[in-house]
Amino acid sequence: MPSPVNKKPSATAVAQAADSAPCASPALSAPINQQLTKADKIALFTTMMRIRRFEERSLRAYQAKKIGGFLHLYIGQEAVAVGCCSLMGKNDHVITAYRDHGHAIAVGMGLNEQMAELYGKATGCSKGKGGSMHFFAPDRNFWGGHGIVGGQIPLGTGLAYALKYKGLKGAAMAFMGDGAVNQGAVHEAYNLASLWQLPVIFVIENNGYSMGTSQERSSAGDLGKRAAGYDMAWASCDGHDVYDVRATMDKFLQLAREESKPAVVEIRTYRYRGHSVADPDNTYRPKAEIEEYRKTKDPIQVFQQALVAEGVLSDALIESIDQSARAESEAAAEFAEASPFPTPDDIQKDVYWEADHPTERKSQGRLFFD
Amino acid sequence: MAQIIDMPKLSDTMTVGTLVKWLKNEGDVVKSGDMLAEVETDKATMELESFFDGTLLKQFVPAGGQVEIGAPLAAIGKPGEKIEAPAVKSAPIAAPVAKPLAPAAAPAPVAVSAPAPTPAAAPAPLAPRPSPLAPAAAGRVRISPLARKLAEEKGLDYSRVKGSGPQGRIVREDILTAAKNPPAPAPAAAATKAAAPKANAWPWRSVLDKSPVQADSVAPLSNMRAIIARRLVESKTTIPHFYLEIEVDSAPLSALRNNLNAGLTKDGVRLSVNDFVLKACAAALRAVPAVNSSWDATAIKYHSAAHVSFAVAIEDGLITPVIKDTDTKTLFQISAEAKDLGKRAKDKKLAPAEFTGGTFCVSNLGMMGITRFSAIINPPNSAILAVGTSVKVPVVKDGAIVIGERLALTLSCDHRVVDGAVGAKFLNALRDHLENPALLLL
Amino acid sequence: MPLITYREAIRHALAEELERDKNVVVLGEEVAQFHGAYKVTEGLLEKFGPKRIVDTPISEAGFIGMGVGASMLGIRPVMELMFWSFYSVAFDQILNNAANVRYMSGGLINCPIVIRGPANGGTNVGATHSHTPENVLANHPGVKVVVPSTPYDAKGLLKSAIRDNDPVFFLENTILYGDKGEVPTDEYLIPLGLADVKRVGTDLTIVTYGRCVLHSLAAAEQLQKEHNISVEVVDLRSIRPLDIDTVLASVAKTHRVLIVEEQKPFSSVGSQLAFMIQKEAFDELDGPIHRLSTVDAPAIYSPPVEFEQLPNPQRVIKAALEALA
Repeated sequence: MPSPVNKKPSATAVAQAADSAPCASPALSAPINQQLTKADKIALFTTMMRIRRFEERSLRAYQAKKIGGFLHLYIGQEAVAVGCCSLMGKNDHVITAYRDHGHAIAVGMGLNEQMAELYGKATGCSKGKGGSMHFFAPDRNFWGGHGIVGGQIPLGTGLAYALKYKGLKGAAMAFMGDGAVNQGAVHEAYNLASLWQLPVIFVIENNGYSMGTSQERSSAGDLGKRAAGYDMAWASCDGHDVYDVRATMDKFLQLAREESKPAVVEIRTYRYRGHSVADPDNTYRPKAEIEEYRKTKDPIQVFQQALVAEGVLSDALIESIDQSARAESEAAAEFAEASPFPTPDDIQKDVYWEADHPTERKSQGRLFFD
Repeated sequence: MAQIIDMPKLSDTMTVGTLVKWLKNEGDVVKSGDMLAEVETDKATMELESFFDGTLLKQFVPAGGQVEIGAPLAAIGKPGEKIEAPAVKSAPIAAPVAKPLAPAAAPAPVAVSAPAPTPAAAPAPLAPRPSPLAPAAAGRVRISPLARKLAEEKGLDYSRVKGSGPQGRIVREDILTAAKNPPAPAPAAAATKAAAPKANAWPWRSVLDKSPVQADSVAPLSNMRAIIARRLVESKTTIPHFYLEIEVDSAPLSALRNNLNAGLTKDGVRLSVNDFVLKACAAALRAVPAVNSSWDATAIKYHSAAHVSFAVAIEDGLITPVIKDTDTKTLFQISAEAKDLGKRAKDKKLAPAEFTGGTFCVSNLGMMGITRFSAIINPPNSAILAVGTSVKVPVVKDGAIVIGERLALTLSCDHRVVDGAVGAKFLNALRDHLENPALLLL
Repeated sequence: MPLITYREAIRHALAEELERDKNVVVLGEEVAQFHGAYKVTEGLLEKFGPKRIVDTPISEAGFIGMGVGASMLGIRPVMELMFWSFYSVAFDQILNNAANVRYMSGGLINCPIVIRGPANGGTNVGATHSHTPENVLANHPGVKVVVPSTPYDAKGLLKSAIRDNDPVFFLENTILYGDKGEVPTDEYLIPLGLADVKRVGTDLTIVTYGRCVLHSLAAAEQLQKEHNISVEVVDLRSIRPLDIDTVLASVAKTHRVLIVEEQKPFSSVGSQLAFMIQKEAFDELDGPIHRLSTVDAPAIYSPPVEFEQLPNPQRVIKAALEALA
């Protein structure tokens, strides 16, 4: 394994930097998609539908005051998380920012524990201590769920560092939005990843808006192309087409796993809702734009049409999947409603590993104060 | 049943929303995802989305209406369906008025207002706080926590210890030194709590001090002051007061009291003059029960039990605890009860039942050096007794001038209930009991 | 027992832990080829190779965040901040990520990182290089903060810190790096959260840590000789967890307290100590708790004046006499 101190831009990396035009479809023909069975395709579709219905049910719950704080919905971006996470091998890891429900569902976390977390209940995946922005599932290689824009990118780089250090063939997918690309921490991470050739793929989910500020008003230059300045491979693809997402990401995942090469992949997507549920979103984009996307580029619609054409989905099956997804989300809301809140005694648990494992504690003295 | 749509929470800080404009009218068909109305929140104007399919059966809030989160906005369902129109809650009103303190026995109090010269409403600038560096007020001792603890452990009265620390603070060394060389014993007349100053001591201020009398300030009325003001104005303006005075030869009382107290020191019991007065009043009320009564607009109420109350000065005012059934209790019971009630009155720990329901009141300023005074009747009582201090005066006895001891009693009477003759009889009975105090021991 | 320097003690601790656990990695600016900006890591690259001793670019948010992320997968990074003053460019990674990830995940994750480096003034390096942020760090539940004053303490505490499963922040001192002290060759550990009475006395308790321990010991000598005052010096060693019991026991003995800290006064470590002492030992106090801190201004450059800005033995003596008034 090359030493992290060696810094010589490899020929392949430079070539890839030049070869960076946005990928074209039809991505169905890509081998990674050709090997999908009918059941696999239905599973992909189902996951996207479950994300959609879960997010809609969360919105209703938020407006009914069941959920406090922030709620950043993934509606419109489903193909990105589902496409990327469907490619994960046992040594691949995922980390993302606060728009994390889609990734959580895509890696296989249960809806009950997620909804309970939103409701702040003790049965939530973070015991009610994290909330919407902080879903985690280490056992599914999912490392959150982070609130500070760009703050998770060095962490994701660290996951890749650990994989390489341990000699494991795996990759870390570190997701961020188009607003995060200008954070200093992200640039520092790009440099480290390329300098040390760490197996991390920086995935930019570009939904066009950083809260209320469009890409043109935030960022100089092309978002993916900045990678070239760090000698990293990069690409851009269409995030409304789950086949395209898979085809593009698969290429870079292979490079990361086999050759420990980092990359930046910009995935162009769109969110129908505001940045968060409190965002009126009529101050920075026209309604017509949202309607246009809904009609022509909804990732679930796009995939549905493709699968109907392929003979994988029927109207009855679509309806059944939809109803199931709604019912599952409704059941999750009921589960959350019926669950208890944490107690005040829980506030000081899960702060220190040592305090949570008192028989193994080596330190003395006071860890907490009044 | 029709689905009720409530005003939703549309931002993390929103509490109320204004329905700016309806986008769907009553009778319109509505699909899940359609926008029903425009709602203005604290942050922005948002669109209200329907999660249900159906017909908009009813709008509960008109355009422009502002309601709280959770208030019903509309009903969606099948045409002709029953709607349970819940009561519309308007936006919350301002915080409720503060509740006044529970008063002494009287009709329900109202918030104090107008006639008082100082309006309580306007927030007035408070008197400037004394500088934290001002010398300790008279009677206040500077002592470290450790030294205080040590003094308590050794049973040492630290008020007589000179402090060697900064600003005269008593420190551990000083206590240890004092313990080895105890100071001269305190004069016998001092009370059991050595540090307590005499009741009529006034805060010393030099005649040479030419600074302002005090800082100009406007102090808002406390509940207690407001209640005292209201009740006493009511009493003085509605009750026709007249005053009867009598002098009591208090020598026998003093002799008996000193005798008893000498024998009771080991028990830590000390009878006061007022204990005897309370007992004597109870006896006098038995003898002249017409005084144990109340004016009641069209009638006079006579009470079967005598509950004598007594005035206690407390911080910022006074209160009158009551000894129930005074006439059935012994002097010693009365003394113990009065002591307990007095202490708890000062600590503001009396229950309402303990300062209401008196039928007669005694106000004693004897320990403050006052020779005689007239008190204001405490409604609904019909009289109040004011007790002065015992003084040694020259008196005529058997044609010669000798030194006697006299105590002045002044009875204020409500002329609607107690006439001069009745009052006089009461005072005479009272005097006779006090001048034959042995009777009070029975 | 061998006499080694404070920096050697740290180096030995690092070497022993690198040997013991293959997951331990040392990262930082100039730690490998340059042999360390203050020569603390000298020789480690030759012994352990570039995979275990890693030179990073000047990129604190980047490499510290990376270390935190790697620790979630079981790596135990020991990251050097060339000066603890640089923590502020990595504040989010240190005090939002490392401190909170365990809590926000409901206990699913822990971050066994160590961040170490010098935190001190007194070297005329100016206001931005002279920070002592132990109070800021200790204010965050989820982290541990250690400030050793001697080579013996440094070695034992660093080994415990590296083995600790929570984030531990280890604050050294460039002026102490050259100090010599007796350090056993056999392995030993000092637990976090255990204070050390460096000098026994009866008249005054000085509670302190870091370089101020040495100032206090020097002052104590002079106080005994010239004023016949017997001073007890309690070295906290660990700010969080905090061994308040040792402090309280000392206060119960002497009844007078002086806190000596190289901290700017507002919200310093001493503020927290003073609250705890007066709350839990009120009746033992024969006078108010006194405190000697850094003079409340940014660190001044001018060398002789900076000396007066920080605690020093003369200032400690003066403060001690005031505390005993």
